[in-house]
Formats: sequence, C-alpha cells, structure tokens
Amino acid sequence: MADRAPWAALADEVTAATAVVALGAGTHVEIGGIVVGATPIRVPGGVTAFDPADMTVKLNAGTTFAELQAVLAESGQECPLDPRDPSATVGGILAAGVSGPRRLGLGPLRDHVLEVTMITADGRLVRGGGPTVKNVSGYDIPRLVVGSLGTLGVIVHTILRTRPTAGARQWFTSHDDPQALASALFHPTAMLWDGSTTLVLLEGHAPDIAEQAQAGALTPLADSMIPGRPAAVHRGRISVEPGQLGALAADLTALGARWTAELRVGTVHVGTDTAADLGRARTLAAAHGGWLLREAGAPSLDPFGTDLPGASVQRRLRRLLDPTAKLSPGRVLATQPQVEVAA
Amino acid sequence: MSFAVRAANRCRVPFVARGSGTGLAGGATPIDGALVIALTRMNRVLEVDAEARVAWVEPGVLNLDLTRAVTHLGLHYAPDPSSQQACTIGGNVGTNAGGPHCLSAGVTSAHVLAVDVVLADGTEARIGSLGPDVPGLDLRGGFVGSEGTMGIATGIAVRLEPDPPEIRTLLADFTAIDDAASAVSAIIAAGIVPAALEMMDAKITQAVEDFVGAGFPRDAEAVLLVEVAGLAGGVGVETAAIDVVCRAHGARTVRIAVDPEERALLWKGRKSAFGAVARIAPDYYLHDAVVPRTKLVEVIRKVYEISERYELIAMNVFHAGDGNLHPLLVFDGREPGVWDRVHAAGDEILRVCIDAGGVLSGEHGIGLEKRDAMSLIFDPDDLALQAAVRDAFDPDGLANPEKVLPKGSRCGEIQRVPEGAWI
Repeated sequence: MADRAPWAALADEVTAATAVVALGAGTHVEIGGIVVGATPIRVPGGVTAFDPADMTVKLNAGTTFAELQAVLAESGQECPLDPRDPSATVGGILAAGVSGPRRLGLGPLRDHVLEVTMITADGRLVRGGGPTVKNVSGYDIPRLVVGSLGTLGVIVHTILRTRPTAGARQWFTSHDDPQALASALFHPTAMLWDGSTTLVLLEGHAPDIAEQAQAGALTPLADSMIPGRPAAVHRGRISVEPGQLGALAADLTALGARWTAELRVGTVHVGTDTAADLGRARTLAAAHGGWLLREAGAPSLDPFGTDLPGASVQRRLRRLLDPTAKLSPGRVLATQPQVEVAA
Repeated sequence: MSFAVRAANRCRVPFVARGSGTGLAGGATPIDGALVIALTRMNRVLEVDAEARVAWVEPGVLNLDLTRAVTHLGLHYAPDPSSQQACTIGGNVGTNAGGPHCLSAGVTSAHVLAVDVVLADGTEARIGSLGPDVPGLDLRGGFVGSEGTMGIATGIAVRLEPDPPEIRTLLADFTAIDDAASAVSAIIAAGIVPAALEMMDAKITQAVEDFVGAGFPRDAEAVLLVEVAGLAGGVGVETAAIDVVCRAHGARTVRIAVDPEERALLWKGRKSAFGAVARIAPDYYLHDAVVPRTKLVEVIRKVYEISERYELIAMNVFHAGDGNLHPLLVFDGREPGVWDRVHAAGDEILRVCIDAGGVLSGEHGIGLEKRDAMSLIFDPDDLALQAAVRDAFDPDGLANPEKVLPKGSRCGEIQRVPEGAWI
C-alpha cells in the first residue's frame, strides 16, 4: 500500500489549483504542447530504497538521472534511461516518454518501469504496477503513464528495474551500409546513423566485443560518452518503421535538417533552423508512414500532427481521470479541445 | 469478430475471448451466460518479415508453433510459457504471459509491437505500432495483460529474436534448498542475468525424473536449471562463473549439457513438471505469485510449513531468477474436505507472498481466482484508477465482466463529470 503521508501537502496543492503542471528539470517542458497559466508542482527527489540483489530501485520522481546513476553505480548497476541531459528528472523522463539511445539493445523506457505512484487531478494518491520484476496483478498502469505527458496524474514516486553495468563497453564507427552492418552484429546496444557514419555501441565481454568489431569492420572511438542528439531551436522526434529509415533519411538530408536515426528502432531525432522546416520534416515522416512529435520550438505546430490510435478510448480515459482538464492544460493530446485556463 | 462483438452489444450479452484455456486464474472462464468467442481456429501466421524480425499472427496461433514457423530463419519468439505447446499467442497477450526465458528477454508485453483489436463496442482499431512510439497513450501497453476485458485481439505483431550463437545449459544439484536459493542470489549478485534460472525442489525433481528420465538427481533437495545465451566469449565466462558460484554454495555436481539433445532433455524435464505430478496424486492446485528475489528462501520455507499444517503435499518448481513462485499443492480430490484445505492453504500462501513484498501474479493474471485478493495489494483509490482504465476501454462492461477487478471498484465511484466539462 502506498504511504500517503509524505505526499499529503503536494496532493492538497493539486486539489486546490484549477490547473497544474508537474515540473522537473524542464529539459522537455515544451514536449507535446506549451502549458500556460498552470500552477507548477515540483516533486522532491531522492532514492528511497535500492536493493542491488533485487535489481530494483525506488525513488521520488524529482530525482535527477545523474543522482540515480550515481547511486546505482556504487553497486555496479544502472538503469539505461539515458536522457539527453542528465539533469532531467526521472518523473520528467517518464512523463515525456523519451527512450534513450540504447533502446535497441536494452529496451524502451517503459520496459524499465515497474511501478508508478501519482497524484490524480482530484488529489488522490494512486499506485499502479508493483515492486517485483514480474507482475500481472491488474492493469499495466505504468505503461499507460509513460509518455502520458503529465495528463493522467502528477508522478511522485516510481520503482525501476536496474541491470548490472556491462563489464566492457565500446563505441565504434563504420561507414559501411548500415543495414548490412546491423545484420552482421548480434545484439548491438545502440546503432546511431546520420546518413554517412554509423556509431555502434557494443557492451558485454571484451573478447566478444573485439570479435564483433572485427566481423563488422568497426573502428573504435576514443570517446565513451553517448553522442549528443542534434541541437536546434526546433526539434522533433520521428517514429517510423525501421525499414523506412533509409528512404526517409535521404529526404531529410535533402531538406537540410540535422538528424540522427536509431537504426533498427525507427526513432529519428530531427533539428531544423526554422519552424517551417520542422513542419516539412513531419510531412516527410508521414509520407513514410511515420509521425513526428514536436519536442521543442515550432510553437504553431500541433504536438502530434496525426490522429491518435484508439482516440475514443484515450478521450474517455482522460475524461474519467481529469474531467476538468486540470492536468497539464495546453500540453494536450490532439483530440482534446483547448481549455481556457485562468492565469 | 467485429460482427460477433456488435451482436453481443445489441443483445447486451457479455462476451469472453478464449484461447486454449491454459491460464490458471480462470480469466477465460465464462460466467453469467457470457458468449464465448473461441479463437483457437484463428491459427494462421499471417506474415513473417525476417529482415525486420516481425511476425503478424492470428490470436489462436500456438506459442510453440510460432517459433517453429520461424526456426528456419534463425529466429524465435522469446516468451516461452511451460504450456507453450498448448497455449495461444492471443492468450499470452491476455495474461502478459512469461516463461523461463523471460528472465533476460522480458515478458510478453516487451515482445508485442502492435495489436489489431476489436474493442468492446465492436469498433476496430490498431493499437501500438511497428515503429518505436505511438502518438498519445500507449494503449497497447494497457491492453496486454488485460485478460480480455478491453476487447479482443484479431491480429498481433510480435517481435522475433535472433537465435543466440551460443547456448549453455547447466544443472546444479543441492542437498539443501536454502543453498540453492542462495546460489540464485549469488549468481544475480555476481552481475549475471542468465537467459533462464529455474529451481525445482526434491519432490518435483523425483517426479520429473520418474516421468522423463532426464538424469536429474533423485536424492537432491533442490536443483537449479540455468541457461546462458549470447556470444561465445560471454557465455563461456558466465558458464564458468555460475559453475563456481553453485559449487561455492554447496552444489554437489554441476552438469553442463554437452549437446542440443541433452539440453532439450533437461528442458523437457522442467517443462513436464506439472504433468509429472500426476504420478504423486491425481489433483494439484498450482499457484502463481511473485516475491522479491531476496525473499525466496523465507517464503519457500513458509510454503512448506503451511502445506504441512493443512496435511497437503507442496511441490515447488519456479522461475527463481525473477522470484516468480509456482507452489503446487498436490492432493486427491476425492478425499472428503480436501478442497477446503487446499483453498485455505492457498490463501495463506498468497498472504505470505504479499507480506514478503510480493504481488498476486507473475504470469497468469488475476481472472476470477484472485479478483477478490486485489484489495490485499491495492487501495480503493488504486482500484478506482484501474476501473477507470477499464471503463475507458469498455464503458458498457460487456468484455469479460466480473474478472480482474473486485466487485464495487467500477463505475460511479470515479469522480463525476462536472457540468460544462469537455467530453
């Protein structure tokens, strides 16, 4: 059962306000829409429990990724959320639903989340999921909350699964055909492509990495850091079937956009100099069966620019949980009418 | 399918989707005159894209048939419930099924990319995507494990995994179950996440050996079946490390399967466990609960205590690596009064698991069996949240009613929609 006491004051704040928005480090504050005139709710941080033998960690949502990483590293473990800015809070990462670049090998963000506790629009504390690494006790609330952009509740606490940090880790470059390269490698952790160079991350045992590197004719990189994603005023994230990446990449390059694609995953991080170009990138994504989530800039662009699958279900859930659209107003799902919010 | 569901809606008749009916919790059991929509004949593998490692299947495809259909491509479908010869992919989606190899690969939800569903009102939708993310909420994530209460899957896109280049299977035998459990913890603590890490106690090991003759030691108090898969170097290092850890924790022998046949035989032993129990007594009640890995020894000891007190035989075969217990209570159902003892013992076992920080189910779901136990781990407000999710998918309450959520958690208890709110 969730301990309500630590969250009573925060719950009262949510209850009293006419509109609220949970704020973490603000690294993805524009994602899915700009929130106007809402009371900011700041959830405290702090790892509340970590048992390395269980490979699970409990933490308050305001914990930064850097802080979490430091705690886990003491026991040789990690949780590969890998936000572009390590000052991002775990609650913010969950709400924004941004998987890290190691998704190819280690799974998407939602696979790492076991339990979520949040404050509902009417100030109740609710918990979904559970503390164990395997669990089908009731509905998978955490998967619905990941990527919900703060529209289902204010995330206050979560339990994540952790993993042992790999014994060896090495980034490589390759200029070969990325598809052929992908087939030659067994379970690479990440494969990032910018149209000319493929960056490959291999993790595991050193002899295996060396053998894979040889099989893929890879050149080792000195830098062990995860490469940055494109920096730009106007940014978006394309989601497309991985098989479409080649054709889409050619179009994006012709547009002059800066982009990094996650091979075999289908995510393309796009940055453009003008809002109009981000809109064009969205059109290109749609032409290849994908869609673009606006992440920053381009304020006139719709957050999703596409119909939501199962829109009636999504609408009903929002209505049941947040009848007055109090949670993150303005950062809305495309099917939700705009709500006037007093400043 | 859509026609059937619409017809049920017109007649206000509840409906229940059913695959092979191998689930333990009664999730596919129709009650109150519900219409059963049997999916076992929707058993085609529709499309396999070896390059993208994706297959579209109908819900009635048997789990093992899917893997058999892609074996020649060097691919497999990772979740492998013990009932994989009989259970369907649709049923696996319904219960978010697991299996021994889900320890490192993850359970069903991590392998289902998209689902074509007929929603509870008969409308059709594709939820999820072959691309990485979907706009809005991850309804696919909500649907997987919803036990047929959110609609019916008619097509399922699953992720296929490349077969690992190297596989090693080890069988370690112990003279004390505590030693085996501490070896499990020590393997995990050594930073190794094996592909599978299964434990069998003395009684089940003997029953399996009598049944299969896989060479399991009859005098062991517990055996561990451990599998390591991946690239050769890592597999070699981890196999050696597990060998050392097991011996350090009191293993008498550590047998490493020398060829695929021996490996298959060891797994046949593990996966035949429930069938082998018939040699002990005609009936068994199989439980499914999860406890934190670190609480395994404590909980198993209590399972034995409880079953002794109720004069029942307890046998344990389970996914030790992820703390997913499957205590079997073995008995003869013809014995007067035995069912009361079985149920009472089962309730106590569940409570012990919950008191140890565990949950109600690891891979079979809540269904009817554990519906009323939901309030042991969730507050009324938590259940109201789940009820809202269910109502969003099925406002009229026709999809597999009376399952998962205890009576009284649905409808009306959610906040009312205020005047003037957007709808």
